[in-house]
Amino acid sequence: MSNSEDHDHTAPPPELELRVKALESLLIEKGLVDPATLNEIIDTYEHRVGPRNGAQVVAKAWADDKFRQALLNDATEAVASLGFMGRQGEHLKVVENSNDVHNLVVCTLCSCYPWTVLGLPPAWYKSAPYRSRAVSEPRAVLAEFGTSLPDATRVQVWDSTAELRYLVLPKRPTGTDGWSEAQLAALVTRNAMIGVEVINPPEIDEANE
Amino acid sequence: MIGAHDLGGKRGFGRVLPASNANAQGSDLVEPLFHAEWERRAFALTLATGMLGQWNIDESRHARENQAPQRYLDNSYYETWLVGLQKLLHEKGMLEREELSALPFAASVEISASSSNPQRSRPITEAATPAKAAALIARGGPTLLSDSRKPKYSLGALVKVLPMTQAEHTRAPKYVHGARGIIHAINGVHIYPDANAHRQDKDRVVGETLYTVSFARAALFPQRGSCGDGTETASAKEILKSESTNQGNRVIKESCKDRVFVDLWEPYLTHD
Repeated sequence: MSNSEDHDHTAPPPELELRVKALESLLIEKGLVDPATLNEIIDTYEHRVGPRNGAQVVAKAWADDKFRQALLNDATEAVASLGFMGRQGEHLKVVENSNDVHNLVVCTLCSCYPWTVLGLPPAWYKSAPYRSRAVSEPRAVLAEFGTSLPDATRVQVWDSTAELRYLVLPKRPTGTDGWSEAQLAALVTRNAMIGVEVINPPEIDEANE
Repeated sequence: MIGAHDLGGKRGFGRVLPASNANAQGSDLVEPLFHAEWERRAFALTLATGMLGQWNIDESRHARENQAPQRYLDNSYYETWLVGLQKLLHEKGMLEREELSALPFAASVEISASSSNPQRSRPITEAATPAKAAALIARGGPTLLSDSRKPKYSLGALVKVLPMTQAEHTRAPKYVHGARGIIHAINGVHIYPDANAHRQDKDRVVGETLYTVSFARAALFPQRGSCGDGTETASAKEILKSESTNQGNRVIKESCKDRVFVDLWEPYLTHD
């Protein structure tokens, strides 16, 4: 959580590079780790699991009210029906934004995050400023993401202290009537599914009018 | 354990830097997951060795959290993962102290003398193959137990979180200790981390009913953006003042409506 984590990634400490390399060699030599497995793990989280999964879930919920109901009722099962399941998504809950309520997710104790639908968390989510302040001054935190909410909207902060993982179902933006799920999914941002942003109505492309 | 990791409500860490590792357009989807090759390797090594089944997620969290506070706060995220991993490899009898000391940059991890008699919890199986790893990732580690016990508290019940001072692992964050809340959801019986992080018998799983408890933010943090009188959040004001962006003079008000939901196990609670 040091500043080096948040601000400066240009010069990784050579000591850590050396130590991790040596640890990896030792574990491989002792037969505790298969190098092909390391590549499999990295490939999974760099290329196969990420926020596009969550965007697909959100778009389907917007387009299909039956799915939306199922998602709010049992998110683990509904999300599994789209093929997303497993590690750090074993027990999912979806919390829905409306005109009255805006949801925000944090893990004050560590970095719990719904990997199956959002992938690995961004650095700011794991950082001390976010973890310390999301519960005590959520509106100030939202402002740092450029998000301001009407006074009448209640902010609900979900601190992921157990193995329940939370995904925010953002409000569907206006001006998207009749859009396909694929079109809708393209509007959904990771930050909106954590709850630090809202999704703005699409800009009208006048060239196509 | 109430350690440096228990950050909820603490002050002084400054503003969130949402785009600090995003690209020029600020797109959240192209932000790098790892900021150096060693982070990528530390992540993969942690998952791969976890697949040997020698420790559970609560032991793993405890190993990361159980550092000197100044060290925890000073470490980057994956440095803390690396510290936890090396401690577990030693404690579970997979690497000797001498082997860890012989690696470069030995000062980066402290292996305490008290863990000099490592206990192997289970015979070590072979390293997970890529196919096994894929299957384990797809399966995950569900914590919901099939246990039909009746929950002690019903939906809507008023509860109070017990004050806790324990030195061992817990998932009750300090900011709710002693606080009053309302049972918002009953989530079934889940593996109880406080026991799971310290269990001697690998095959004896302790479960407790897991609730989601709703708290009034203003009651948890009465001095932060107190509600009703329009008092602004002091720290937010200072933070925004120090920004060079056009947020300059905006004052962010917190609200007395806002709620904080925390997942808490039955032993953390009492009737209010």
